[in-house]
Amino acid sequence: MTDTTLSATPVTQTISPTKEVWLSLKANKGALGGLIVIVALVLAAVFADFIAPYHYAEVFKECVAQPCPPIWQEGADPRFVLGTDAVGRDLWSRLVHGARYSLFIGTIVVTISLAAGILFGLLSGFFRGTVDIIIMRLMDIILSIPSLLLALAIVAILGSGLLNAMIAVAITYIPHYARLARAAVLTELPKDYVTASRVAGAGTLRLMLSVVLPNCLAPLIVQATLSFSTAILDAAALGFLGYGAQAPTPEWGTMLADARNLIRSAPWVVTFPGIAILVTVLAFNLLGDGLRDALDPKLKR
Amino acid sequence: MKRRLLGAVAAAALAFGLANAASAKTLVYCSEGSPENFNPQINTTGTSFDTAYPVFNRLVEFKPGTTEIMPSLAESWDVSDDGITYTFHLRKGVKFHARGSFTPSRDFNADDVIATFNRMWKADDPYSKVSGGAYDYFNDMGMPDLIKSIDKVDENTVRFTLTKPEAPFIANLGMDFAAIHSKEYMDAMMKAGTPEKVDQEPIGTGPFIWANYKKDDRIIYNANVNYFRGKQPIDRLVFSITPDQATREARLEAGECDVIPYPNPADIAKLKANPNLQVLEQEGLNVGYLAMNVKKPPFDNVKVRQAINMAIDKQAILAAVYQGAGKAAKNPIPPTIWSYDDSIQPYPYDPEKAKALLAEAGVSNLQTDLWYMPVQRPYNPDAKKMAELMQADLAKIGVTAELKTFEWGEYRKRLQAGEHQMGMLGWTGDNGDPDNFMGVLLSCGSAREGGQNVAKWCNEDFTKLIDEAKATSDVEKRTALYKQAQEIFHDQAPWVPIAHSLVSMPMSKKVMGYKVHPLGTHIFEGVDIEE
Amino acid sequence: MLRFIVTRLGMVIPTFLGIIFLTFILIRLVPGDPVEVRVGERGISPERHAELIHQMGLDRPLYVQFFDYVGGVLKGDLGVSVITQRPVMTEFLTLFPATVELAFFAMLFATLVGLPAGVLAAVRRGSVYDHAVMGTSLTGYSMPIFWWGLLLILFFSVKLGWTPVAKRLSDDYFVDEVTGFMLIDTLLSDEKGSFLDALEHLILPTIVLGTVPLAVIARMTRSAMLEVLGEDYIRTARAKGLSAYRIVAVHALRNALVPVVTVIGLQVGTLMGGAILTESVFSWPGIGKWLVESIGRRDYPALQGGVLVIATLVMAINLAVDLLYGVLNPRIRHKR
Repeated sequence: MTDTTLSATPVTQTISPTKEVWLSLKANKGALGGLIVIVALVLAAVFADFIAPYHYAEVFKECVAQPCPPIWQEGADPRFVLGTDAVGRDLWSRLVHGARYSLFIGTIVVTISLAAGILFGLLSGFFRGTVDIIIMRLMDIILSIPSLLLALAIVAILGSGLLNAMIAVAITYIPHYARLARAAVLTELPKDYVTASRVAGAGTLRLMLSVVLPNCLAPLIVQATLSFSTAILDAAALGFLGYGAQAPTPEWGTMLADARNLIRSAPWVVTFPGIAILVTVLAFNLLGDGLRDALDPKLKR
Repeated sequence: MKRRLLGAVAAAALAFGLANAASAKTLVYCSEGSPENFNPQINTTGTSFDTAYPVFNRLVEFKPGTTEIMPSLAESWDVSDDGITYTFHLRKGVKFHARGSFTPSRDFNADDVIATFNRMWKADDPYSKVSGGAYDYFNDMGMPDLIKSIDKVDENTVRFTLTKPEAPFIANLGMDFAAIHSKEYMDAMMKAGTPEKVDQEPIGTGPFIWANYKKDDRIIYNANVNYFRGKQPIDRLVFSITPDQATREARLEAGECDVIPYPNPADIAKLKANPNLQVLEQEGLNVGYLAMNVKKPPFDNVKVRQAINMAIDKQAILAAVYQGAGKAAKNPIPPTIWSYDDSIQPYPYDPEKAKALLAEAGVSNLQTDLWYMPVQRPYNPDAKKMAELMQADLAKIGVTAELKTFEWGEYRKRLQAGEHQMGMLGWTGDNGDPDNFMGVLLSCGSAREGGQNVAKWCNEDFTKLIDEAKATSDVEKRTALYKQAQEIFHDQAPWVPIAHSLVSMPMSKKVMGYKVHPLGTHIFEGVDIEE
Repeated sequence: MLRFIVTRLGMVIPTFLGIIFLTFILIRLVPGDPVEVRVGERGISPERHAELIHQMGLDRPLYVQFFDYVGGVLKGDLGVSVITQRPVMTEFLTLFPATVELAFFAMLFATLVGLPAGVLAAVRRGSVYDHAVMGTSLTGYSMPIFWWGLLLILFFSVKLGWTPVAKRLSDDYFVDEVTGFMLIDTLLSDEKGSFLDALEHLILPTIVLGTVPLAVIARMTRSAMLEVLGEDYIRTARAKGLSAYRIVAVHALRNALVPVVTVIGLQVGTLMGGAILTESVFSWPGIGKWLVESIGRRDYPALQGGVLVIATLVMAINLAVDLLYGVLNPRIRHKR
């Protein structure tokens, strides 16, 4: 996705825009670090079945009554590097498999909200008038209800579950994209190249999708990377409040919520999923920041 | 005094203020939630009952720590030979609380009893529709049909006439919903146009006077100096509302709470090890079970049901879910109830035999759903975890179970409608009578769609025994009948009875005289705290 | 300016109506009803269920309920909670001060720490300090705050015993409620030491709720400052030989504040989401927890009333920010 969209950015310079972004990212240590973590996560997600020593739902009865601690603690079982969770399942295996869910959550939420947001934004920006008013007021309404509360209400309607949690979170993000897309359209529309296409006889749909859209992708990409991370956080928060993924799904937020009561008797069960969330979210934010710097000419040196 | 960041400054400030409120002996109970209101007639939750209990008395009450009935506002009672008429002799000189602008002008008498029951019983009572007017427990215990009349014989005598002999009736009057209200207060509030105050700022005869409530924050009670069983050793009782389990435990350890309910079973060992704390334990009057819907094949086959019984490793569940704070169940009633049949041999954990039974029944590759409660219940501290363990156990005998849950109200409704194949549920006893378990949960009458028999299991022989036992007041006869019924239950195996949970109450070592109530109410009468 | 205010207000009214409609519909789409939720294991007969639903007026056609509700709202009546039978407004006002107090201190903390940190990071761009601030604030921004809260309680309250675990005031103190704001009430009361006690109770929740806004403010301040510092008039000022302090404090900061104020304002909505989690972790008797519980109990009036008031407040604050923005930055005002 990155490749095609970035190469469409019309920057009249001697080096290719993709390469320029890459150079800029490479110079940014934080973004590079974030990227490395993300690549590692993707690898973990893809090869989870090979990396994880056990299936994420396999119960070890000997660690059921009292979770087995991680190997550096007394009384540990050497088979379980990070110990076991409340039900006697290998924590490391669950965390590795959990990477899948987190990336999955991020991808789905961003895809849904991005697609819907762009659609609303384009419609709003192109047609103005009543359409614009209705859409933007709707977005205002969504924005004025605290997003976590709205997501909770939507999950309550749809029923608990990972997919429903993702839909709920995605809905609360739509206004951000819609506003960005609309603003970008409004900036791009009066520009000469749009007028030129129009004169050349391009239809509205074509104008929207192949002329204006590619030119307002930069802020959307940055926003998408950043909401990848907030999506993981929000889904985890829903899981924490008991409205997230269902058992035995090793989603990190749900793992954290399940382990919440163990914080004193088996702190590792709480610590590791929390760290996993933090590191993943941080990585996406670092990358998002780097992308913003690379794509936003204003902040460039 | 707790040592904290600003502790030194606070201590200095205290030193100047000297013996301020500090002289009042206070007990802090960190309760699990806000009550709906303070009237147990219209409440349905244990949380609400707890908050009303200090304020009220009933005609009869359960002896502390038991399900035995003892006299309270009724000093004694006579039952007619046909079991139809109950005459209660009321205690004299009992005073209702005085608070704010309300001061009672007379002692408790028969009018209060009648006004209390009329509100729940008579649709034309002026209070009938106040605060939503739902008297769930009164209705659930079948009181409207059971009571024929309530008469005032004299100032201190009340007679209840029933429509049929009903053995559990007297135990029902010890339940929370039968708390006695002040007629005078009810009348005064009605006159003032604020009848709902009766439910929100309660007046009773109980050991503590309700003083103040702030939603989600705390409830304050002061000791009733005129209490008929004597003034309480503590001056003040505070319910500090702390819904989060981990937070409650942390507050107890930090000395912010003196007593907490519903600890996490996993933490009990740790709490016990804390030199400042003690953990009281008692078997709760409850049962957690997995019901198999006998209306849905292959669970109509008794062999399949027995196979499932053998496939589930209860010991592992007890260890993991109850963390030892539970007793494996084999009967539908808990061992603390009379008539419990201890001679019944539970199904052993035997996956091989279970497989063989399934093969005998001609069932292979069984796909089923397995429903678990979305919430923590007294009889099941972690249904989700239990479901995951069962899922793993069932996989071993070739049964694939898909875990399912719904929002709690929806969950119960769907189970009662019989939508599930296998579903978890449980029950907490209301009055300590065996009928309250077996009649309610397993009779043919409640196997109808929407009924509480979620196995939808209707066994004529079983139901006949239960009905007969209910109409008999001879305990020995009833015991024999209930024991026979338990044998049928065991052979037919409509449930996998899982466990009876142990009620644990962690508290500071300074707390003295606390007794765990088997019916689940948290009672602070007679409790003291060392300064 | 007046025209700007009027246009802006004109946009608010349809949004307001939309919120009333949306909250009304949303909550009714949730499966289950208040009667079903409260009966527990024992269930209820269909007849009795119908009777109770009738008493609550929930069997009337939806549009009748809706107009009834709107009529009430316009008169300032949000209805009566079906669970506690108390007016929703009363319940809301009982709990609201706790949330406001917490949110206020969280924002205060976030601003007092975030603003200077951001300014310094911008001034010393590229230094170790800059990297440290940016790294820390990004970590804070990425923090799952419910987890953060648990860690802080575990360390500071349980291990060290420095701070209280939960709630707003120790149960040794009995403070009369006057304003609902604990810090004010404790000052008004004659319970010695209660003010400091209340202050102690605020420390951890303030940090937890303030973490994300702090990160946002620090980052926003830094980038706004960098932008301003790069502008011509600053260069001119520098060339004129004005002291670095004067340039930063007087010229740059004033202009950089515009986007920062906007961000602070916009954080208020986000803060409510954070409040739900923070209140849940610290058993803080506020609005967030109440609303979450109302969803669970299907308390329609409480939920729709609560969300309506919150949404109205968020809108009002956004409006205020917009207007303030107009004052701080004349360019906006004239453009419209």
